[in-house]
Amino acid sequence: MKLINKKNMLGFLAVILTYAIAGFLIDKGFIDSYIFLNIVLIGINIILAVSLNLITGFTGQFSLGHAAFMSIGAYTSGILTAKLGLPFWVGILGAALLAAVAGIIIGIPTLRLKGDYLAIATLGFGEIVKIIGLNTDYIGGATGLNDIPRYTTWTWLYFCVVVTVLLISNFIKSYKGRACISIGEDEIAAEAMGVNTTYYKVLAFTLGSFFAGIAGALYANYFYFIKPDSFGFMKSIDILVIVVFGGMASIKGSILGAVLLSLISLFLQGIPELRMVVYAVILFLIMVYRPQGIIGKGEFKLFKKRGGLNANNQSK
Amino acid sequence: MPIIKVNNLSKAFGGVKAVSNINMSVEAGEIAGIIGPNGAGKTTFFNLLTGIYTPTSGEVIYNLERKISSKSFKPYKMTGYGVARTFQNIRLFKNMSVLDNVLIGCHNNMSYGLLSSLLHLPAFRRSEAKAYDEAIKLLDIFGLADKKDEPASKLPYGEQRKVEIARALAAKPKLLLLDEPAAGMNPNETKELTKLISWIKDEFKLTIILIEHDMSLVMGICSKIFVFDYGNLIASGTPTEVQNNEQVIKAYLGGE
Repeated sequence: MKLINKKNMLGFLAVILTYAIAGFLIDKGFIDSYIFLNIVLIGINIILAVSLNLITGFTGQFSLGHAAFMSIGAYTSGILTAKLGLPFWVGILGAALLAAVAGIIIGIPTLRLKGDYLAIATLGFGEIVKIIGLNTDYIGGATGLNDIPRYTTWTWLYFCVVVTVLLISNFIKSYKGRACISIGEDEIAAEAMGVNTTYYKVLAFTLGSFFAGIAGALYANYFYFIKPDSFGFMKSIDILVIVVFGGMASIKGSILGAVLLSLISLFLQGIPELRMVVYAVILFLIMVYRPQGIIGKGEFKLFKKRGGLNANNQSK
Repeated sequence: MPIIKVNNLSKAFGGVKAVSNINMSVEAGEIAGIIGPNGAGKTTFFNLLTGIYTPTSGEVIYNLERKISSKSFKPYKMTGYGVARTFQNIRLFKNMSVLDNVLIGCHNNMSYGLLSSLLHLPAFRRSEAKAYDEAIKLLDIFGLADKKDEPASKLPYGEQRKVEIARALAAKPKLLLLDEPAAGMNPNETKELTKLISWIKDEFKLTIILIEHDMSLVMGICSKIFVFDYGNLIASGTPTEVQNNEQVIKAYLGGE
C-alpha cells in the first residue's frame, strides 16, 4: 500500500529508461519513420485495448462501439488543432472530455441492456457516429478531415500510454474498481452488497471512452488526415480482438496483445496474399488452446449466463 | 418494538402465488428460522425482504436506524439500510480473491472520490488500509486469513459459505439474512457453523433470520420459527411449539 517501495521504484526506472533510450534512438535516426509509424500504432492500440478492457474485461459489459469514441476524439482534436489552431494539449483534453460525455450519454440508456443486446446497441451507436461524420460538411464528410497538424511525437505518445495504463490500473485497485469487477463477476451479488450497478457500469463506460478519445487525438494528429470509415465496425472488432487475445481482465494482457498482434501483422506484410489467413489461424489457435487469452483470468464469454433472478427464485 | 414487521405481504408471478398474506415480526437480537418444504416460497420471501422483488401487495417495514418501508427498497440500498444477505446457491465473485470478496462487503463504508481512485491520493490509502484491517479481522474469525489471496472458487464448499457470511458481515449489518447456510455441509461442519452463528450474533449485535433445512441447526439456535407451506405461513412459535403443531407435521409428512 506504500507509494514508494522497491517494486515501484524499479517500475518507475524502467519507464524512464524505456522513454530515454527509445527517444535517443529516434533522435539519432536509428528508428526510421516506418518503424516509428508502427510504434505509434502500437501505442494507440495499447490505449484502446486497455480502456476497452476496463469496460468489457473487468466490468463485463460487451461493447462493440469502442472505435466510435476514438472517432469522436479524433474529430474533436482535429477540429481544435486544425480548424481553430489550438495547441495539442487542448486537442487531447477536448477529445477525451467530449468522448467521455458521449460515453455518459450512450451509457445511461444502453447499460440497462445485457450481453447480446448491449452489443447490438453499441454497434448501432458506432454506425450512427460514422453516418453523422459522413454527412457533416464542416468536418469534410466522406472525404475526411485534412491538414491536421502532426503534433504526435514520441514524448506525447509515450506520456499518454503511461498515463492511461497507470490510471486504469490504479482505478481497478480502488473500491470503485473492485465494484466494477464485482459487476462483471456476478451482478446480483454485487447489488446485494451495496454496489449501485448502473452507476458503476456508466462510470466504467465513461472512463473507457475518455481514454479512447485520447487515442483518437493521437491518431488524428499523427496521420494528418482522418475519415469516418477509419473508425467503423471493423476497428471496434480489432480492438476487441486485442483484448480477448491478450486476456480479459488483464491489463498486462492488453499491452502484450497490442504489441504482439501489431508485430504479427507487421511481419505478415511480407506475404500480403496470405496475411489475413495466417492472422486468422493464429487467432483461431489462441482461442482453441488458450480461451482465457495469453495472460487472462476469465474466459471470454459473449453471452454470459448469470443465472439471473429466475434461477435464484426457484428455491429447492 | 420489532426490528422487522411484515404486513399482509403477497407476491404473485402471473397466476402463481409464491407468497401470500404473510404477517410476522422479529424482535431485535433474535435468531429466527424459516422452514418449509421445497417450493414453499422461502427464498421468494427473502427476495422480497431485500428488494430484489417488489411485493404485489402488503409491505415490509424495517425499524433499524430509521423506519424504512418496502416502497423504498432497492437491492443496492439494502446494505446501507443495515440489511445484508447470503444466497442459497453461493454467489461469490469467483475469480476475485477471498480478501477482495470481503472488501466488496465494505463497499458502502468507503467513500473517496474518483480522483483518489485514479491517483491513489492519501484518502485512498487511509480508507483502503482501514477496510483491509477490517476484512482481515473478519477472515480471522472464520479461520480463513491464510487463504486471503486465493481465488474464491478454489475454496472447498463449506469455506465458500463462510466467505459469503464474512462478506455480508463486512457490510456492518444490523439484520443478517442467511439463505440455507448449512446446505452441503457435513454434520461436523454444521455443528461448527451453528456455534459460529450464535457467536457472531452476540459479537456483532445482530438480528438473524435464516432459512434452513437442517433441523439440528434450526432447533438448536432459533428462538422463533416460521413455517411456510405453499406460500402461506402455516405456523410460528418456539421450536417446541412448532414441532408439536399438527399442520406442520402434515406439511412435512403428508396426511389426510
